[in-house]
Amino acid sequence: MALISDGSFIEDDWRRLAEEEALPKAGKVIVSLARLQHALEVLGTESTLGVIVPNTTELSALIEALPRLELVSISFPAFSDGRGFSLARLLRRAGFRGELRASGRLVADQYSHAVGCGFDKIEIPDELAERQGEEQWRAALNAYAMSYQRGYPGRGSILEARRRAARP
Amino acid sequence: MTAVDLRVAQRPNAPLTTYRYDEYDAAFVRERVAEFREQVRRRLSGALTEEEFRPFRLMNGLYLQLHAYMLRVAIPYGTLTARQMRRLADIADKWDKGYGHFTTRQNLQYNWPKLVDTPDILEALADVEMHAIQTSGNCIRNVTADHFAGVAPDEIEDPRPTAEFLRQWSSLHPEFSFLPRKFKIAVTGAEHDRAAIMVHDIGLRIVRNAAGETGYQVVVGGGLGRSPFVGKVVGDFVPRHDLLAFLEAIMRVYNRFGRRDNKYKARIKILVHEKGIDDIRADVEAEFAAMDRSVFAHDPEEFERVAGFFAPPPYETLPRDSQMLRAAKLETPAFANFADVNVSAHKIPGYAIVTVSLKPIGGVPGDATSDQMRVLADASERFGFGELRVSHEQNIILPHVKQDDLFALWLMLDAAGLATANAGLVSDIIACPGMDYCSLATARSIPIAQAISKRFADMSRQRRIGKLGIKISGCINACGHHHVGAIGILGLEKKGQESYQITLGGDPTFSASIGEILGPGVTSEQVPDVIEHLVDFYLAEREEGEAFIDTWRRIGHARFKDALRREGEDGADI
Amino acid sequence: MANFKHPQILIASNLTDGEVVFLGASGWERDHRRARVALNAEEAAALEASGKRDISANRVVDVYLADVEIGGDGAPTPMHYRERMRVKGPSVRLDLGKQAASGGAP
Repeated sequence: MALISDGSFIEDDWRRLAEEEALPKAGKVIVSLARLQHALEVLGTESTLGVIVPNTTELSALIEALPRLELVSISFPAFSDGRGFSLARLLRRAGFRGELRASGRLVADQYSHAVGCGFDKIEIPDELAERQGEEQWRAALNAYAMSYQRGYPGRGSILEARRRAARP
Repeated sequence: MTAVDLRVAQRPNAPLTTYRYDEYDAAFVRERVAEFREQVRRRLSGALTEEEFRPFRLMNGLYLQLHAYMLRVAIPYGTLTARQMRRLADIADKWDKGYGHFTTRQNLQYNWPKLVDTPDILEALADVEMHAIQTSGNCIRNVTADHFAGVAPDEIEDPRPTAEFLRQWSSLHPEFSFLPRKFKIAVTGAEHDRAAIMVHDIGLRIVRNAAGETGYQVVVGGGLGRSPFVGKVVGDFVPRHDLLAFLEAIMRVYNRFGRRDNKYKARIKILVHEKGIDDIRADVEAEFAAMDRSVFAHDPEEFERVAGFFAPPPYETLPRDSQMLRAAKLETPAFANFADVNVSAHKIPGYAIVTVSLKPIGGVPGDATSDQMRVLADASERFGFGELRVSHEQNIILPHVKQDDLFALWLMLDAAGLATANAGLVSDIIACPGMDYCSLATARSIPIAQAISKRFADMSRQRRIGKLGIKISGCINACGHHHVGAIGILGLEKKGQESYQITLGGDPTFSASIGEILGPGVTSEQVPDVIEHLVDFYLAEREEGEAFIDTWRRIGHARFKDALRREGEDGADI
Repeated sequence: MANFKHPQILIASNLTDGEVVFLGASGWERDHRRARVALNAEEAAALEASGKRDISANRVVDVYLADVEIGGDGAPTPMHYRERMRVKGPSVRLDLGKQAASGGAP
C-alpha cells in the first residue's frame, strides 16, 4: 500500500496486524474492529493503537475507545462509496484528533473531498499509486483555492471570505 | 477566450435578472474547468481508467450515449440571460451540430460533443458564468425552481435566491458527492406547484407561519423511475435560519443509510419507503440536534446579496389591460390563439409571461436550433429585459413582456417557427430523448411524440380539448416524467420490439399522483389511436370546465379502461 | 459460450470523440459493413479479447458483442433495433450521424 500525506507519498510507520498475528508489546499497530476490545484490554500504554473499520461502522461502536486510539482507518470498499466521508465527519465531530485514514481504491480526484471531511492520510494499493503518482495527488489537493461550504476543514470558505469583505 | 467574451459583453444598461458571479464564483468555475481539462488528459493517458473517470465526467455533465458523447449544461433554476443564450447557440455551432435539447430539468444538452473538445466548451461556458457542474452523477444535481419565479401572481417569495444558495452549498460538497445515487432538489415559492416538488428527492415549498416568518416545508423521498413515489413531509416548517443544517442532516442520513446494494433501490425514496417517514424524520432530527448548527445558520447578509440579483427589472407603470393587445387579437386570429394559450398572467399590471413552445407540430420536443436560440435571445432583449427561462415542460419562457409588445413579439417568433400556440395543450408533449440518442433507453420517445402531435395537428381541436399533459419516457428511468402525465407513455422492449405502456391519472403538482396502467403495451403505430380514443372518451364524459385529470378522478380508471376495450372490440386496430 | 446463436460483431465507442466503431480486420472501423464477423463462439471470444486489449490501451470504451444477420452482399446488419440505431444515427434526424455521410439512405 502507498500512503499519501499533504500531497506526498510517505513511509508508513504503522503496521497493520493480520488477524492471526499476535499483538506486539510495543509499536504502532492497527487492528481490526473485531480485535479492538481485546487489544485495548491486553495492551499497555506503551503500545500505540489504531483500528481499521468498515465504512458502515456506527459511531457508538468506537466512541468509548476513541480516547485511546491514535489512528482510525476507514475502509472504502469502492471509491464511489461515499459512506466513509460521513463516518469521518462523525468521528471528528465526536472529538477524535488522531490520524484519520481513508483506505481503499480512492482516486486522486477525491483527495480534497477526503481532506474536507477530516481525513489526513490516504492509503491506496501500490498498483493504483503507479498510475496516479504523487504529482496527481498534489494537483488534486491544490485544484481549488476555496470551497463554498462552511464548517469543513481544508480550504477556505467562500462564504466566510464574503462575510469578511462585507464587514471590513 | 477573452476575445470572444468581448463580442458578447453584457449591454451596459441591462438589468441583472439573474445571479452574477463574484470573483469567488468566477475563480471556482475556472478551477473546475482546469480540473476537468486535467481529468480528460489523465483519462487519455490512462492514468484514469474509464471506471474511475466516469463519475468525474458525469459530475461535469458528460455522458457517453448511443452515437456520441452528450454534454448536459446546467441552467440553474432555469434562468438565463440573452448573452448566455447566445453563447449556447455559438457552442452548438462551433462544437456540436447546430442545435440543443432543453430538458425536463431545465438544462440544455448537446448531443455530439467530442471528449477532447469538452474542456474548451466548458471554458466557453465559464466566460458567460455557466458550467455543467453536477448535471449528472451520484451527487446533488442542478437545483430546479418554478419557471414563473419572481413574476407569478400566486407567489409568496421568489424561490431562486434559495435555489442559488443551494447551488453554492451543493457545489463540490466534500461529503455528499459520492451518494448512493443521484439527488434532485426543486424549490417553489408559489401556491401552484410548477416545479413538481412532490416528485423530487427533496422538494422545498416556501411558506409563512402564523407569526409571518418565512420558512420551508420540506418534502422528501419523492421520485419517478422504476418505483415512483410521491414525497412525504419531513419538516412542516423549517425556519430559513435552519434550512442548510436541516438539509445537511437529511443528506448525512441518506449518505450513510441509503441502499448501495442495488442501483434501482438506491434513491432516498426507497430509504423513506422501507424505513417509513417517521423513522427517517427521527433520524434527521437526531442528526440535526447533534450537529453544530451555528456553522450552517442562515446568513441574512449573504441571502440579501444573492436575492438582490433577482430584484424586479425596471417595470413601467401601465394600465392593467392593453388596448393594443385587444385590437391586435381582434385583427389577427392566429395571434389571438397564441395570446390565449401561451400567455400567462403577470404580477405587474400591463405585463405578461410568454411561453415559447419548443413543440412545433411534428417537431422534436425541446429541441432548438442555434438560430432559434439567437432569435430568443434577441426577443428577450427587445421585449423582456434580456431574461429567459427554461421550463421543465421543455419550453422557453419570456418572463416580462409588455402586453403592448405581445403582437410584435409574436411576429418575430412566428418568423422563426417559434409561435406554436400549444402551451399546455395535447401537443405540448414532454419527451425524453429516448433511443434516438440515449444509451439507457429501451424504446424511442421522440417519434411517438411526433406522431401524437401530428394526429392532433388541428389547433382548434387542441383548444377544444384544453389543457392536457402527455409525457413520454423511453425507459423506466422516467426522464420524460410519464408517471405524472395525465396521460403517460412508457417505451419498453417486448420480444425484440418497441412496446408502449400507457398510464392515466398522473399529476405533478401539490395534488401529486402516480398514473395507473391502462392495460397491455401497444405498438408504436397504435399509440396515436389509443390516445385519440382516450381523448374522445374524455370529451364525451367531461363536465363543464373539467380537465382530463379531473374527469378521470371523478369517473374512475375503470371507465377509461372499459371505453378503450370497447373501441378494440368494435374493430379498431388496438 | 453456449448461448452463441447468431453471427456477431464487436461494437464500441471511440474514446476521444465517442463515435460508434466496429472491430474490423485491421483495427477499428467507423462503418459497420467493414466489421469482422464472428461465426462461432471461439471467434466471438477472440473479438472480445481484442476489445479488452483496446480498452486497456485507452482506445475504446463500452465494448460488447452484437448479434447480426448477414445480407446478400455479405455485410453484417445488427439484429436488435438498438444497434441498428447505432449503425445509422437518430431516426428523427436523418441528416445526422453515420446515415448522414451515406446520404441518409438506410
